[in-house]
Amino acid sequence: MSSATATSARPQGSFGRSLSIQGRIIGALLMRELITRYSRHNIGFLWMFVEPMLFTAGILILWTLRGTHESHLPLVPFVLTGYSTILLWRNTINRCGNALDPNRTLLHHRNVRVVDFFIARIILEVTGTTVSFIFLTFLMVLLGFTKMPYDFFELFMAWILMAWFAAGAALLLGAAGAMSETVDRIWHVASYLFMPFSGAFFAVEWLPYHVQKIAIWIPTVSGAELFREGFFGPLVHSHYNVPYLIVVNMALSFAGLYAIKHITGRVEGE
Amino acid sequence: MIRLEKVDKGYKTRSGTHTVLDQVSLQINRGDKLGVLGRNGAGKSTLIRLISGAELPTRGRVTREMSASWPLALGDAFQGSLTGVDNTRFICRVYDADFKKSLAYVEEFAELGKFMHEPVKSYSSGMRSRLAFAISMAIEFDCFLIDETISVGDARFHDKCNSELFDKRGDRAMIIVSHEPNRIREHCNRACILSQGKIVEYPSIDAAYTQYQDLQARNAL
Repeated sequence: MSSATATSARPQGSFGRSLSIQGRIIGALLMRELITRYSRHNIGFLWMFVEPMLFTAGILILWTLRGTHESHLPLVPFVLTGYSTILLWRNTINRCGNALDPNRTLLHHRNVRVVDFFIARIILEVTGTTVSFIFLTFLMVLLGFTKMPYDFFELFMAWILMAWFAAGAALLLGAAGAMSETVDRIWHVASYLFMPFSGAFFAVEWLPYHVQKIAIWIPTVSGAELFREGFFGPLVHSHYNVPYLIVVNMALSFAGLYAIKHITGRVEGE
Repeated sequence: MIRLEKVDKGYKTRSGTHTVLDQVSLQINRGDKLGVLGRNGAGKSTLIRLISGAELPTRGRVTREMSASWPLALGDAFQGSLTGVDNTRFICRVYDADFKKSLAYVEEFAELGKFMHEPVKSYSSGMRSRLAFAISMAIEFDCFLIDETISVGDARFHDKCNSELFDKRGDRAMIIVSHEPNRIREHCNRACILSQGKIVEYPSIDAAYTQYQDLQARNAL
C-alpha cells in the first residue's frame, strides 16, 4: 500500500483519483446516514420516502377539507406540486444545518472532508422528496384526483433547478450554521415565515400586475411556476425567469463551497 | 516517507492566533520508529493530526509517500449510534478495505462477542478502545500514529495489542507521541522533544530522555 499524497495550502494529486475517493467516501457516509437516521427497525430507510409523503398527504387532506380553492386549477395536483417544492428546499436546508457536529469525529480519517457530509445529506434529502413526489403523483393519478403531468421534460428540468437551488442554499446556510448557532435558529423561523411567499400556495397569475413583477424575483417562485407549467401545461399561465434562477443557483453554490472551504480550515478533530 | 517542511500551525482564539507548531520540519522514513516527547498541550496531538492528514498546516507542506493511520486506539474516530459491525463497515468503505476479511479479524481480535451488534455508545470505554484498536489493525498502513499511551483493556489484552503492533507490524514506521518516556524508550530508535512549538531531534533516545528529564526538573518545557 503506497500512495503519494501531499497536503499543503493547496492539495494536489490526480483529479480522477480524488474523484473516485470522494465518491467512495460519500457512498460510505450515505449508508451511515441511512442507518443512523432510520436504523434497521420496522420499515427502516423507507422512512426516507414515507416521511415526506405523509407530510404532503396530510397537507392534501387539510386543503381538501377546507375546500375553499378559488382557482380553476384542480386542487390536489396544485397542492401536491406546491408542497413538494417546499419540502425539497426546506428539508434539504434543514438537514444541512447540523451536518458537521455529529460527524466531526470522522474527520480523523484523512479522506473524509467536511463537504462530503453536506453532499451526502443533500443527496439523501433530494432523493427522499423526489421519490415521495413521484409516488404520490402516480397514486393520485390512479385514484383519479389528477391527470398525468403534461410535460415530463419541463417538470424534470424545473425539479432539477429547484434541487440545485436547495443544494446551494444548504451548503451556504449549513456552513454558516456551523460557524454560528444563531444562523440555524433564525433559519428555522425565517423558512417558516417564508413559506407563504415561496410560490408553493399561489400562482403568480393570481397576483396584481405590479406584484407579479416582484414575485418572480423570488427564486423559489420561478422554480415553482416552471414546475407547474410542466405539470399542468396550457392550463396555467406561468411567470418565471429561468436565467435568473440559474444565476442565483450558481451564486449560492459558489458562495456555499467557499464558506465550506472556510470552515474546513477551522475544524479541529477532538 | 513522510516529510514535514517548515510547517506552521496556528489556531484562532479570542485573543489572536495561538501558534501550536512553529516552523516544524521532520522526515519519517519507512520502518522508522520515532518518539516525540512533550508535555500536555505541547502540540503532540496536533502534530499527529497534521501527519495523518486530518488537518492541514497553516503554512508549509506535508508530503506523504506512505499511508499513515489515524491516531491509534482513539475511540472517538467512530460513530456512537452505529454498531461495532457498522463502524467496521464504514471504516472499510473509507479505506477501501475488504469488509468480510476485516470483520472476521475485528470480531476475533476485539473479543466483543454479541456486542459487535450493539451501538458503540453502549460500550464501556475499555470495549470501545478494544474495538478501535482492532479496526485500526484491520486496515494496513505503512506508518502507525500512536497518540499517548495505548491503554487498551486489561493486562492480557494489552500484551495482545503490543504483540500485534510491535511484533507483527515491526517492519512499519511508527510515531509515538507521549508525555512520558517509557514506551518511547521501549519501542523507538529516534527521539524528539516538542516544546514551545519547536521540535528538536536528539542523537539518541537516551540523550532525549536525559534532556527531557532535565527540562522537566527545571520546569522549562
